[in-house]
Amino acid sequence: MKSQIRDRGEVRIVELSGKITIGSGDVKIRELIDESIAVGKKNIVLDLAGVSTIDSSGIGEMVACYTTVTKKGGHLKLLRLSPKINDILQVTQLITVFEVFDNEGEAVSSFG
Amino acid sequence: MNATEALSAHLVLASRFENIEVAERALHDLCATAGCDGDQLYWVVTALREAMANAVRHGNRLQPERKVHVDLSVDSSAVTIRIDDEGEGFDPSRIPDPTVPENLLRPSGRGIFYMQQFMNRVQFSRSSGGGTSVLMVKLLQPTTRSAENEEPDSRSR
Repeated sequence: MKSQIRDRGEVRIVELSGKITIGSGDVKIRELIDESIAVGKKNIVLDLAGVSTIDSSGIGEMVACYTTVTKKGGHLKLLRLSPKINDILQVTQLITVFEVFDNEGEAVSSFG
Repeated sequence: MNATEALSAHLVLASRFENIEVAERALHDLCATAGCDGDQLYWVVTALREAMANAVRHGNRLQPERKVHVDLSVDSSAVTIRIDDEGEGFDPSRIPDPTVPENLLRPSGRGIFYMQQFMNRVQFSRSSGGGTSVLMVKLLQPTTRSAENEEPDSRSR
């Protein structure tokens, strides 16, 4: 998995690409979120447009990060899901947990 | 591919997460040769990855000397995957439903659910060595195969 980080005001955009799978990408997500929180960036958008595969470990790590960020008083939102990743969030019912956006501007402004 | 012709592979892999990629490549090659379409292949590979991850982590507890045995078979009507580990075995009925509200925020426990969603049949049993054996079958849809008299696959994603 590859990642790129940039900030738009107080919102951190984390662009992910490749596979978010057990033993590699799942751990990396946790590190990226921990780094963001450590520098005070608690409003985070995960841009998943470049993600080809996410397994149950990757999904589990996203859920754990959601819980961590929420407990710190921030928000973790998702941007640009591929149809297959959207399918996965639908069948796991996690679509009811995460706020999902197709447009980065709308995602950023949603933090208020 | 002839309706009666099956392509198969048998792999014996050390219990390392990197070897999930090896099994995935083998399945990709078999399915590509058999003419499975991209969508079906994506979900079958997803199920394979989950079963491999369970065998490596929960079954063999990441001990490389314990092996994961992978049998893959693809014919014009179905993809069949059997994965055996050398662990202590487990009771899949004890895995809670990850989609009920009280479990939605649990960070684990979705692997078997993935497998059950993406395959037509998922069956657990004890392997001959006492570990867990999982058999998974995905029926191929009519649009991707030439055989006649196929069964409908209403659960396919």
